[in-house]
Amino acid sequence: MQLTVWTYEGPPHVGAMRIATAMKGVHFVLHAPQGDTYADLLFTMIERRGARPPVTYTTFQARDLGTDTAEIFKTAARDAFERFDPDLMLVGASCTAELIQDDPGGLARALNLPVPTITLELPSYQKKENWGAAETFYQIVRGLATEAPAPKAEGAKPSCNILGATALGFRHRDDVIEITRLLHQLGIEVNVAAPMGATADDIRRLPEADFNVVLYPEIADTAARWLERQYGQKAVRTIPMGFQATCEFVREVAALAGVDPEPLLSQHGSHMPWWARSVDSNYLTGKRVFVFGDATHAMAAARVAKEELGFEVVGLGCYNREFARDVRAVAAELGVEALITDDYLLVEETIAALQPELVLGTQMERHIAKRLGVPCAVISAPVHVQDFPARYAPVMGFEGANVLFDTWVHPLVMGLEEHLLTMFREDFEFNDAAGPSHLGGHAKVEAAAQPLVPEAQSAPTAATAPIQETITVLNWSPEATKELSKIPFFVRGKAKRNTERYAAEQGLETISIEALYDAKSHFAR
Amino acid sequence: MSDAATLTSPAQEARPVLRERGQREVFCGLTGIVWLHRKIQDAFFLVVGSRTCAHLIQSAAGVMVFAEPRFATAIMEERDLAGLVDANEELDRVVDRLLSRRPDIKLLFLVGSCPSEVIKLDLSRAAERLSKKHSPSVRVLNYSGSGIETTFTQGEDACLVALVPEAPVAADDAPASLLIVGTLPDIVEDQFSRLFNQLGIGPVHFFPPRNSQSIPEIGPNTKFLLAQPFLGETARALAERGAQHLPALFPFGAEGTTHWLKAAADAFDIPELHFLAVVAPGRERAKRALDAQKQHLAGKSIFFFPDSQMEPSLARFLSRELDMKLIEVGTPYLNRQLLSAEMDYLPATVTLSEGQDVDRQLDRCRAAKPDLVVCGMGLANPLEMEGISTKWSIELVFSPVHGFDCAGDLAGLFARPLYRRSVLRV
Repeated sequence: MQLTVWTYEGPPHVGAMRIATAMKGVHFVLHAPQGDTYADLLFTMIERRGARPPVTYTTFQARDLGTDTAEIFKTAARDAFERFDPDLMLVGASCTAELIQDDPGGLARALNLPVPTITLELPSYQKKENWGAAETFYQIVRGLATEAPAPKAEGAKPSCNILGATALGFRHRDDVIEITRLLHQLGIEVNVAAPMGATADDIRRLPEADFNVVLYPEIADTAARWLERQYGQKAVRTIPMGFQATCEFVREVAALAGVDPEPLLSQHGSHMPWWARSVDSNYLTGKRVFVFGDATHAMAAARVAKEELGFEVVGLGCYNREFARDVRAVAAELGVEALITDDYLLVEETIAALQPELVLGTQMERHIAKRLGVPCAVISAPVHVQDFPARYAPVMGFEGANVLFDTWVHPLVMGLEEHLLTMFREDFEFNDAAGPSHLGGHAKVEAAAQPLVPEAQSAPTAATAPIQETITVLNWSPEATKELSKIPFFVRGKAKRNTERYAAEQGLETISIEALYDAKSHFAR
Repeated sequence: MSDAATLTSPAQEARPVLRERGQREVFCGLTGIVWLHRKIQDAFFLVVGSRTCAHLIQSAAGVMVFAEPRFATAIMEERDLAGLVDANEELDRVVDRLLSRRPDIKLLFLVGSCPSEVIKLDLSRAAERLSKKHSPSVRVLNYSGSGIETTFTQGEDACLVALVPEAPVAADDAPASLLIVGTLPDIVEDQFSRLFNQLGIGPVHFFPPRNSQSIPEIGPNTKFLLAQPFLGETARALAERGAQHLPALFPFGAEGTTHWLKAAADAFDIPELHFLAVVAPGRERAKRALDAQKQHLAGKSIFFFPDSQMEPSLARFLSRELDMKLIEVGTPYLNRQLLSAEMDYLPATVTLSEGQDVDRQLDRCRAAKPDLVVCGMGLANPLEMEGISTKWSIELVFSPVHGFDCAGDLAGLFARPLYRRSVLRV
């Protein structure tokens, strides 16, 4: 058993729902008890979808368990087929139905429905949402894309598929639009974008493309590998997130398609490189950021943070283990230790201990950051209603790079304001507790209660207390504590951490004002 | 005002109820944790279940309670099911870890789920064992919030049933006391407390209490009013302790609140004139507030999808005090005994439905073209997209809606979507 307060991923059948909901003409019959319909609201409320997810829940109850839950499944599947008239049926079981072992696949086959029916094995007690989405997409592709394409007509444009966008994905809607536009500018046709917006027939046509663009490996990697084995379609795995990565992506697809990337690269139109180089951005230099999310977004964000905004990445991690190795490699390059965990409490503890000036994370980290009084921008699922903006806001491609610049820089205290806060910190209305002045309605930073952290991992001081309170640790002299409080909040964490590290290295028992300034000079760069 | 005594008469006209089974678009009982964990401030709710359970509570709670939840899920994993580890040992380990991190917790609920029920994990024995182990600092109780047994608000009913035996036994000759049963917002408790005080009824206690250390005594001289219509099992458990149920309309709107208070006033022999004098100002305020909302609601038709079991009571309020036209009133479970008075007050033309086949109910709803639909969050946006105004039902459970001084707010919850549609030009 795993003690869980908040979970990054839902169960695997929610991943399957994300695929079914993203596609057109698909219906998913889920053997599930009453209550599992909660998952509908993820789509209708968080993503504001104007239609119910195409899912029928069999809704068995305790009194059905002794009798015939299999019959309930068959009735539900037959009714769903008649009512929704899908081109493709998916059948599967949620965690409870998995325990009663009714074999939805066998039952569905017995119904002899006149459309393809794909059985999903979704082991709820081992796997999670992303795996469920990847497995579902793979089974659909494997089940439908069975025919090799006819030879390509002479002189036909190069073409590719864009794979991985789903319902409830972080900015998938706009990323696909942005990348499609980019490919068109290169003269490359998009054969099919899937699963989002794809029909069963579109899936059948996947093999017709020359290659695949895997935008979200968490969801599309398994299917893309199968397509590569089966039809020799190469997969582009560079994630076009950030300016440089987008340029690399353009070069990679251009090479595969046999087109010239240079015209596009010389006229990319992105503001981001200049915004980053402009003198106003100087204050971004060396800002300490903590990055956490799904592996793909976290790795890409870490690189953008370091190389395109000039931040210092002090922590990097992901909640999904499927790509943990890649994340570890990137973390090693950055000189930090990767945090691979789906334990929200451990992430909270790590952020508190690292005392970053900016958190790039999921909606979970947004809440951690709020509690700790640290600015935050969201870079990855799991998502919240705010992560589905009304405006066009991709995070991939050249426009995506612009969006990243804006959304990451916006939460920070800006340029000269930093200096003024440092110089006149006793001003009653213009002080660090009031927060960045361009952000309205800044809430008071409340002292968070003791977080629930695993015993073995509870660190002695800084780890469990919010930043604002860690100024008063036992071994700080009152004078040094007071002096530390005069340092603006956005660099106070760094100063405190450095001083304590210095004190530990020097074997100091008490931190005096002298030690504070000694540490400052020691770590001066 | 009808005589409270008539409510107990068993002979009810048989009223046709449409009973359906099929897909239910409702929450399971675990969802009650979202408000219960805030109400009982030293209690912690540990769901013993699957990742789905954890995801459900998190999604139902949205981000409302991200600060410092007093709930968590012990997620069962493959090895717990395969018998590689003893699930009980695992549970003990998880509870130890939890309690060592939260020494402020005095009451721990082990909450059963669909998977724990299906594998027949005996949480009552686990609670007994853990109570012994952590006594006296922590009491451990258990109940089931599983979807195979409970719908949404039934989770609170199950929780309160588990809490009843914790109440100290009141002596047979203890003075009469009044118990208000059902989670109410703190402000509503305070409003009712003032009214009972003015009426001269006391002592008055609330159940569940704000703190597990202050569970009121219960005995034969305890008289209780239900604040919520979904607490049938709790009422039964209290009756078994000798407490006396005071049947009444539920305290929604001026009429319901008056009726509810009158049931208590009669039980405590409060003179009629005094009763009328005490309730008059509140009742007038409520009526004034309702008049302001009436312009948006009178004559409008409304369709309830099943959600909280509050539907018949709310429908009665909307029909009688705001002149709304009831089309269908769906409820997950119709407790005919507790709701007999409410049903008497519902117009004969309304369809009462119990249980759900969501697709067929949607067909009926679309055919009826109601002005307003009350439904869960899974259905609201799809119906809005079809041009039908909706009110999400979960807000009715999460907002102060009881009593005279919330009557206007309650009506406002229904009026806002209609008003909004009338002002939007996009």
